[in-house]
Amino acid sequence: MSSVLFFLAAIGVITGATGVVVLRNPFYSVLALVIHLVSLAVLFLLLRAEFVAAVQVVVYAGAVMVLYVFVVAYVGGESDSIGERLRSRGAVGSGLRLGGAILGGAVCVELLIALLGTGLEAINGYGAGYSPGPQAYGTPAYIGKLLLTRFLLAFEVASFLLLIAAVGGVVLARRRGGLEDEDERDLLTPLEMLRPRGTGTMAEGVGRRSP
Amino acid sequence: MSIAWYLAVSAIVFSLGAIGVMTRRNPLVVLLCLELMLNGANLALIAFSRMWGNGDGQILAIVVMTVAACEVCIGLGMIVAIYRRHLPIDVDELRELQG
Repeated sequence: MSSVLFFLAAIGVITGATGVVVLRNPFYSVLALVIHLVSLAVLFLLLRAEFVAAVQVVVYAGAVMVLYVFVVAYVGGESDSIGERLRSRGAVGSGLRLGGAILGGAVCVELLIALLGTGLEAINGYGAGYSPGPQAYGTPAYIGKLLLTRFLLAFEVASFLLLIAAVGGVVLARRRGGLEDEDERDLLTPLEMLRPRGTGTMAEGVGRRSP
Repeated sequence: MSIAWYLAVSAIVFSLGAIGVMTRRNPLVVLLCLELMLNGANLALIAFSRMWGNGDGQILAIVVMTVAACEVCIGLGMIVAIYRRHLPIDVDELRELQG
């Protein structure tokens, strides 16, 4: 049962990851990443990391992906032009992409050799013993106890990092003054305030507007 | 399934993310592929944590998730700022830090 679930979830994880890399439209890439994250949460559950699986679904597949979808919808419409530019790059662009893929494949082979070719006996086992219970390995109580005792410093530093990131996100994405186009700006100079509206403009010159 | 299978999946996911970072040119998709790489690392951390039977790896995975959320926040903020300035949303054409 658990091995069937493992293979289903692993197929979902790898298919979702491939979809993120391959799909041309960024919106579809985000949706493929959601599939990847939910399948990854199933793998975490199989590894008895219940709290991390719940955090993965709630924080990643919930909050972060909604942020991505909003930004893709805001920025969007660039996928076609980028794809056409990629094709117009011709031989150099496709050669670079092929080179990147070959390099990534080499990284994969190297990682597999490094992880599976080690002399560690334990990676062929099923992990340490596990006994269910309210304080068992991986439950929220267990993680909370660890976070607030042994890893208190990491917890505080992470919360500070979140604060800095929130402030930085607001600062980066805010609307700056002076960046709007000329017609969006409705600030009047003192000279414009003194004379009647529409005088001294090109519209008056051609007789469209008379004072 | 033995721990080795989980490690193999994590290696594959990590290298798929690396391929995406190297080949895609839309910064949004590059950020998504960075998420893939972090998730591969997270899977390996949790598999090793299960192997040893203590929770340190899970705490580290939660910290990695926090860092990933911060990175997404800053990265998407930068993409929105780039879009507001009418610069091309393409990592090959954004060569200068001072737009």
